[in-house]
Amino acid sequence: MGAIRLEKVKKTFGTLDVIPGVDLDINDGEFVVFVGPSGCGKSTLLRLIAGLEDVTDGKILINGVDVANEAPAKRGLSMVFQSYALYPHMTVYNNIAFGLKMAGESKAVIDEKVQNAAKILNLTDYLERRPGALSGGQRQRVAIGRAIVRNPAAFLFDEPLSNLDAALRVNMRLEITGLHQELKTTMIYVTHDQVEAMTMADKIVVLQAGRVEQVGKPMDLYNNPANKFVAGFIGSPKMNFIGGDYAKKHDCHEIGIRPEHVAVSTESGDLPATVKIAEHLGAETYLHVNAEGFGPMTVRATGEVPLGEHDKIWLTPEQDRIHRFDANGIALGKL
Amino acid sequence: MENKQTPLGHIGFSIFAWIVGLLIFFPIFWMVLTSFKTELEAVSIPPSFISFDWTLENYAEVQARSDYFRFAMNSVILSVGSTLVGLLFAVPCAWAMAFNPTKRTKDALLWMLSTKMMPPVGVLVPIYLVFRDWGLLDTRFGLIMVLFLMNLPIMVWMLYTYFKEIPSDILEAARMDGATLPKEIIFVLLPMAVPGIASTMLLNIILAWNEAFWTLNLTTADAAPLTAFIASYSSPEGLFWSKLSAASTLAVAPILIIGWFSQKQLVRGLTFGAVK
Repeated sequence: MGAIRLEKVKKTFGTLDVIPGVDLDINDGEFVVFVGPSGCGKSTLLRLIAGLEDVTDGKILINGVDVANEAPAKRGLSMVFQSYALYPHMTVYNNIAFGLKMAGESKAVIDEKVQNAAKILNLTDYLERRPGALSGGQRQRVAIGRAIVRNPAAFLFDEPLSNLDAALRVNMRLEITGLHQELKTTMIYVTHDQVEAMTMADKIVVLQAGRVEQVGKPMDLYNNPANKFVAGFIGSPKMNFIGGDYAKKHDCHEIGIRPEHVAVSTESGDLPATVKIAEHLGAETYLHVNAEGFGPMTVRATGEVPLGEHDKIWLTPEQDRIHRFDANGIALGKL
Repeated sequence: MENKQTPLGHIGFSIFAWIVGLLIFFPIFWMVLTSFKTELEAVSIPPSFISFDWTLENYAEVQARSDYFRFAMNSVILSVGSTLVGLLFAVPCAWAMAFNPTKRTKDALLWMLSTKMMPPVGVLVPIYLVFRDWGLLDTRFGLIMVLFLMNLPIMVWMLYTYFKEIPSDILEAARMDGATLPKEIIFVLLPMAVPGIASTMLLNIILAWNEAFWTLNLTTADAAPLTAFIASYSSPEGLFWSKLSAASTLAVAPILIIGWFSQKQLVRGLTFGAVK
């Protein structure tokens, strides 16, 4: 069981309110992602849940029990660090076994659990190696193995894929998602990468400056962002924001339209534009354009599109995909 | 950044370094050489370098006159004892400063180091009186206490700079794995810090071994280490240079040998953290 609830959790460093007050519910077995820009407090929030930082105020309930004043070891959680934080002087076997050793388990039980974890993570051939002799991906798996073996109420991941190259990141993303499906244990995952958030999460918590901007399923956040910040953060490339007369036509201060919701044509459309830079990715093309009267915009076209600098095109935003925002950046409903 | 030194500059610098090294080493060299001379040759002008009658009579006399082994054992007990006691305090202290710093941590560290700037003679009288009243004069226990306290700031500083290089998230991982604070230090921190601890121990042993002020003032016979052994060969008049050199060579030989074999550790310990 791994239901976690945060009630008015506050963290202050000196006079700085890093987290002014967070309320959050995490259901048992959920994969929750804390996402946000650097310095938004997502890692701090994770460390508060882990017990590596003390809360200034508030409650952290794990399965109904307030653990805000408990040591990390007593909370029944496991953590995978960004830098893996493996014990360099111990073998892979002892790294994974360390938590069980601290819990006072017998040698036979330790051996069984370590061998099981090693099998799940394809580490059986590496058990006698030291971390220094492993690749980045292998080290990451040892860090995960160390977390799994303790059978925690929840796993905490602190940007675990940041140190890996792009290809390995994609593989490990799938592995972690597969692990979640297999173990069905609550996982709280911190990342600044919204692609990881969108692809892995059951629920995303978007944070900015210590405040929860929005909580919801990935597609809810994508289709119905609560404010301009969430709208601009979720989705890649970033949503286009247009003010002025075009926004007034939609009875709001600013409209937002995602690059993939703008039709591109060389013949006709609503808005004329000139291509400045074209990024050809094969499966899709990103066009960075200057829309007349609106300024720079990014639009996405499917497949290979033979357009380049100075080409004149027409843009037609999909009307039912337009997001409306007031002067404070709060989302307004559809017209 | 590429080293832009020319070959000539490189050779010039090497020659300069060798000259400095030889100058620093010269007193030791001369001391060892003198220990094999007769008293007369030791004071001869011009001084003889190689062409003299080499003799072992000084060593024989030093051995006959005093019990070298007892003084050497005291030196070992005092230097190793004060180092081990020092580590018991310095490790937790450096841990707290490195991994749980507060606003005042840097100030505390500077204050500790500043106590080393005060000449020991400034506190000789009060310490002597305390030792006298507590029956600690000429005791190994008393000397161990003085030496450990004297070198504690250096031990804390060295361990602190070493511990600061250890990533704190490894200790946090140990905490998440259920390690209590003592287990975190014993199973994770200390094994990772072995090189730093080894260099700290070596340096402290050397400093304690060579310490002369307190050992001469607070000991007479029972706890007297090799520093007192050497001092006993100084007399206000008369010829004594050869015997003094022999006694001195016997006194510094053990620590010179240890230092020679552990010089890599010593250099690493002293410069660790200074250069990234």
